[in-house]
Amino acid sequence: MADELMPRSDEFGLAKSDAAKAPITNHESASLGKQLLGFWVTFKTMFKKVNTVQYPEVKEPTAERFHGRHQLNRHPDGLEKCIGCELCAWACPADAIYVEGADNKEGEQFSPGERYGKVYQINYLRCIFCGLCIEACPTRALTMTNEYELADDTRAKLIFEKDDLLGPLRAGMVPPPHPMYPNTDDGNYYRGEVTGSHPSQGIAKND
Amino acid sequence: MTNAELISQDPGWIIALKGVIIFAACVLLTIMSVWGERRIVARMQQRSGPNRVGKFGLLQALVDGVKLALKEDLIPKAADRIIFVLAPIISTTTCFMAFAVIPLTGEVNFFGYTTAMQLTDLSVGVLYVLAIASVGVYGIVLAGWSSGSTYPLLGGLRSSAQVISYEVAMGLSLVAVFIYSGSMSTSEIVAAQDRWWYAVVLFPSFIIYAISMVGETNRAPFDLAEAEGELVGGFHTEYSSLKFALFFLSEYVNIIAVSALATTLFLGGYRALPGLGFTEQWLGGWFTLVWFFVKVLAFFFIFVWLRGTLPRLRYDQFMKFGWKVLIPFSLVWIMIVSTLRVLSQRESSNFLVVAFIFSVALIYIAVTTLIDRAKVKTAIESNITNYSEPDFPIPEIPNSRAEQLNG
Repeated sequence: MADELMPRSDEFGLAKSDAAKAPITNHESASLGKQLLGFWVTFKTMFKKVNTVQYPEVKEPTAERFHGRHQLNRHPDGLEKCIGCELCAWACPADAIYVEGADNKEGEQFSPGERYGKVYQINYLRCIFCGLCIEACPTRALTMTNEYELADDTRAKLIFEKDDLLGPLRAGMVPPPHPMYPNTDDGNYYRGEVTGSHPSQGIAKND
Repeated sequence: MTNAELISQDPGWIIALKGVIIFAACVLLTIMSVWGERRIVARMQQRSGPNRVGKFGLLQALVDGVKLALKEDLIPKAADRIIFVLAPIISTTTCFMAFAVIPLTGEVNFFGYTTAMQLTDLSVGVLYVLAIASVGVYGIVLAGWSSGSTYPLLGGLRSSAQVISYEVAMGLSLVAVFIYSGSMSTSEIVAAQDRWWYAVVLFPSFIIYAISMVGETNRAPFDLAEAEGELVGGFHTEYSSLKFALFFLSEYVNIIAVSALATTLFLGGYRALPGLGFTEQWLGGWFTLVWFFVKVLAFFFIFVWLRGTLPRLRYDQFMKFGWKVLIPFSLVWIMIVSTLRVLSQRESSNFLVVAFIFSVALIYIAVTTLIDRAKVKTAIESNITNYSEPDFPIPEIPNSRAEQLNG
C-alpha cells in the first residue's frame, strides 16, 4: 500500500534510492558521548589562532572585484568618458543615481562626441552596490573601486558629486574642458586609438 | 573553634566592614566576570573579544556600566510605576543577600580579631539561601508584569516558571548533603567535608545541582526567558539605563552566588584541594580565600563553556527535563542515600548494605529493561502507522506522464 503512494521512479525514470524513500526521523537524539564531543570542540577552539582583524589599525585588502565606491573614468587625454546618457540612473534599482547631461560646445568640450554628464550624483545612503550601473554604462565611464570606508555623519555628505567621483588626472592627461585630439572623432576614442594628449589640447599634467 | 563560634564574637563594626567587603567583592567579581565571559566565549568562537578599553579590555564592563548609567531612563506609560522601579531592586538585593552565609575563609586575623570571612552563620544557612533565591523570583515576575507589555509578561512568566521548577530539583539535590553532613549550616557542611568532598561522595546530587543551578540562573542553554527570537529581551525588555544595569548585575551576581553555594556544599568550600592542605595556613589563613575563588571561578568557567557550546532548549523539553527527569531521579537518589545513611548509623552488617545496593541495581535493571521494551514497542507501532494510508483524504498522485516517458 505504501509503495503505491511513493512513485518508484521520478519523471526521468531514475530509480529512487532506498535512503530517499526512508521516512525522515529526527526525534532520535545522538548518544551522550557524541553530545559531549561538542564541549571538546569549543574547548579546543580556545587555543586556536584568533581570526579577528584589528580593523582600524590593520586593514586587509578586499577581494579584487569588491564593489566599493564608484569612479568616473577618463580617456587617456583627460576627457571624461561619461556622455550623460543616464543609462546608469535608469538601471539603478535603488534610485541612487542622478544625471543631467548637456551638450559639448566649442571651447567647452568635456567628453568626446556631442554630450557629457553635467551633473552626476550618487547617493550612498541609497546605493546598494549591486553594480547594475556598471553593467549599464555603454562607455565604461562608470566603474567601481575597492574603497569601502564610506561612513559619514550627515546625509548631505553622503551624496557624492561629480567632483568626488571623477578619477584622478594621470600623467599626460589635460584637465578638461579642452578640444578633442586633432583629426579624430568619438569613434577613434571608443576604439582606443587615442593613447595620450596632444600639445594643442592644452598643458598636460606631468609626473 | 567552628566558624559559628568565631563569628559570634565579632563586634558590630567588623560585621559592618565584612558586609561592605563582601558587597564590594561581589560587584568587582561581577565586573570581571562579564569581561571574562565575553573574552572566553570569544575565544571559543575564534574571536578576540573586547580588547580596546584598558589592558586586554579589562575595563570594558566598567565602561559599559557607565554607558548604561548615562542612558535615558524610560518608564513606559502603561507601566505600574512603583512596582516597575521596585522589581530590579528586589532582584538585585536578594542575590547579594545570599552571600551573607557563604564562608569565604576559615579562621583568619581580621584587624586584630580572630574571625572568619563569613557575615553570619545560620543553623539553617542553606535553607536561607534557597528562600532568598525564591524571593528573587518576585523581581522577575513583577518586572514582567509591571512593564505593561506583552513580551516582558511572557518572559517573566517563563523565567519564574523555570526558576521555580528548577528550584525543586535544586532543593532535592541538597537533601542528600544535609543527610550526610547532619547540618544545614554552610560552615558545618564545609567542615564535614574535610576528608571527602560531597562532589565525590554524592556525585549524582552534585550533577543534579550543577544542572539545576544553570536552570535557576536563566543561563544558556536554559536561557529561554531571553530567547531573543521569540521574546525580544524577556522580562527586562522595557527596562533601560540603571534599572537594566541592576538586572544585568543581579544575573551575574546570581551566577557567582550559585557557584559559591556549589563550592560550599560540594567542593569543600574554602578548603584547599586534596593534598594541598598545608596552604590553608599561608598568609595567616587568608590563602583559603584564594582557594574559594579558584573553585567559584571554575564553576563560572563551566557556565561560560555551556553557553559557548550548547544551543538553547525548547521550552517543553526544558520543563520535561526538569519535572520528569531531574526531580524523580533526585527523589530516588534521596531514598537510596537516606537508606544507606540509616544502615551505617545503625552499624548494620556489611551483608545488609551489599544486599541493599544489589537490590537497587536489580530494580534499576528491571525498570530500564521495561522502558526499553516499551520504546521498541512504540517504535514498531509508529512504523506501522508511518506506512499505512493516512485517514484523511489525499489526492491521487499524477503519474501518467511518468508512465508515458517510461514507454
